[in-house]
Amino acid sequence: MRFNRRTNAVVAGAVIAGLTLAACGGDSDDGGDGGGGGSAAEVEVFTWWAAGSEKAGLDALVNVFEEQHPETKFVNGAVAGGAGSAAKDLLQSRLQANDPPDTFQAHAGMELLDYINAGQLQDVSLLYDAFDLREAFPADLIERLTHDGKIYSIPSNIHRANVVWANPAVLEENGIDPDKTYADLDEWFADLDVLQEAGVTPLSVATAWTQVHLLETILLSTLGADAYTGLWEGETDWNGPEVTEALENFEQAMSYTNGDRDGLDWPEATQMVIDGNAAFNVMGDWAVAAFEEQGKELGTDFTAFPVPGTDGVFDFLADSFTLPEGAPHPDGARNWLETVGSLEGQTAFNKAKGSIPARVDADPAEFSAYQQTAIESFGQDTIVSSLAHGAAAPVAVLNAVSDATSKFTAGASDIGTFQSELASAAAATS
Amino acid sequence: MIKTAKKAGRKAGAPLLLIAPSLILVGIFVYGLIGANFKTSLSDVHTAGQATGQAPAGTVWLDNYFDLLGSEAFQHSLKNLFLYTGVFLGGTMLMGFLWAWLLERPMKGEGIFRSVYLFPMAVSFVASGVVWRWLLNSNQDQSATGLNRLFQMIGLDFLQNNWWNNVDYGITAIAIPAIWQLSGYVMALFLAGFRGIPDELREAARVDGATTWQLYRHVLFPQLSPIALSALIIIGHMSLKSFDLIMSISKPANYQTKVPAVDMYVFKSSFDYANAAAVGSILLVLVALVVVPYLVRTNRKEK
Repeated sequence: MRFNRRTNAVVAGAVIAGLTLAACGGDSDDGGDGGGGGSAAEVEVFTWWAAGSEKAGLDALVNVFEEQHPETKFVNGAVAGGAGSAAKDLLQSRLQANDPPDTFQAHAGMELLDYINAGQLQDVSLLYDAFDLREAFPADLIERLTHDGKIYSIPSNIHRANVVWANPAVLEENGIDPDKTYADLDEWFADLDVLQEAGVTPLSVATAWTQVHLLETILLSTLGADAYTGLWEGETDWNGPEVTEALENFEQAMSYTNGDRDGLDWPEATQMVIDGNAAFNVMGDWAVAAFEEQGKELGTDFTAFPVPGTDGVFDFLADSFTLPEGAPHPDGARNWLETVGSLEGQTAFNKAKGSIPARVDADPAEFSAYQQTAIESFGQDTIVSSLAHGAAAPVAVLNAVSDATSKFTAGASDIGTFQSELASAAAATS
Repeated sequence: MIKTAKKAGRKAGAPLLLIAPSLILVGIFVYGLIGANFKTSLSDVHTAGQATGQAPAGTVWLDNYFDLLGSEAFQHSLKNLFLYTGVFLGGTMLMGFLWAWLLERPMKGEGIFRSVYLFPMAVSFVASGVVWRWLLNSNQDQSATGLNRLFQMIGLDFLQNNWWNNVDYGITAIAIPAIWQLSGYVMALFLAGFRGIPDELREAARVDGATTWQLYRHVLFPQLSPIALSALIIIGHMSLKSFDLIMSISKPANYQTKVPAVDMYVFKSSFDYANAAAVGSILLVLVALVVVPYLVRTNRKEK
């Protein structure tokens, strides 16, 4: 009996230990590098494209990839949730644990700076030469992507941030010509006043990041393209009078917005324009998908134009793919990047996703009406980097700017405080 | 002698073996990681480069704590946390006690009411947060929805307000769903407390001529106080750690609803590991201030 009891205890102990170990080992999934095969055998592509037009775009890109590189198996590492924040959290810990995916999606530009400084990304300049991308992308864009003479990612698509979406029916009802063009913010504000008095929400906006998005386009409009870029490169003084003027414009713009903004995300704010509950919305051009999905047509059901005062400027953001240091399949990743940069890859991906190719040699005829106008602007406009979408500033700066903006729009700080908080947020760049 | 020593060893052996795995796991994954977190909070690892050893990092001892506690933004978060905890605790205790008191006398359909009150606890904070975000919409008058619309419909227009979008007290609006979810739990605790009081005590009080108030004041409340304390501790530490409910109603950047747990998340996503760890330690200390005296007390009682 005693002997029995002891063996029982040992067995129980072993079982418990085994169970707990099994539970702990649960998430180290995918069985390592997989046996055999060279480093081009497969490629794990880490994205947050798990639903909607983003997933459609990824699927289209994968189709091209499988044609171009049948030897490399595509492994989908997409993580859903939180508009990319869930994926970014997971990526952060995977990189920290030296378990990088073979390539990951990231906004092109300064959002990569943290990974670069952490030594987690490889320079892909050589791939630009190998794939002839230097001629394929606009020179302005290459300059925006270059950090200390090196390039760390290959863009797959371009979005434009400085776009106003309008509901012409609402404008007409209130005696405003829907085809009117606005040379600057003041002209626009005059019409917003009319709408405000008529009891319509003149301008819809959502939670903090969309307010930062609005702020950036107003900074761009008030300061102009060069001074706006100077904000991120240290040549424009954040404490200067021009910035004060821009912030006053921002304050005025916010006074036209809906009261429940902090509880909404961008689709709900854009929906207000679609439904005719608001006249205007400033949002990036991914919003066009929301209009088109509901059968609305550009020109009749909705209109789109650059934020007043930013005509001729293309406030860009881009998704791009990287080559992480220490990834298990660098050759697979190289193949993936070749497809991402290729004309066929960019065309297939962007047709499905609704963005535009970064390449200038894509045929506009293959794209939708809005995309064609965006392709045209991208080819000829001055290109500046978006703040709210990671192109202009690193994550820490963007977070600090968002905090300051939320504090200001919630009514807890005045313009003076707001401006000094923005200045100290931007000063943390270096 | 040898035999008994062996016996004693054998006696201790099996239980020790049984708890060893959990002891080791808790040691590593709870206390080990608390230690690692505390160590990070004493460093100046504020960037991704320092975290991977690409840039030099040093130890700054308690500087991060002083900086945080001295910063206006973090004080605002702490103020929000205490406001939230105060309303959350007060609300759940009051509602929970009230329901328990109503259900305490034998009545028909008690089981149904008990389930109805307890059910919200089964809903995850994230799911109920989404619904409460709609209910607590801050639009008023013509564009009102949610609770504000309800107030209009029943003619209580003056009650309309902007809920969690109020800069000073907005956070207390988020305590409303929290109260809704956990009052039932507090009710269950109190109900168990009421049921645990023997009838003889009430009878004795009646025989002695106590009024109802005196019965509650001198007989029932003292019997319920340990339950009340447990409820306070459980709800209190949940409140201090609140994150999911706030995140699903509001957004991390929203100034109105900043609390330390949200700050920790934002610091971490900014690669500012040192400050994130420092906020984590501050939260741990706050929770420990609530829990440890309670544990000491129960421990002493059991002895």
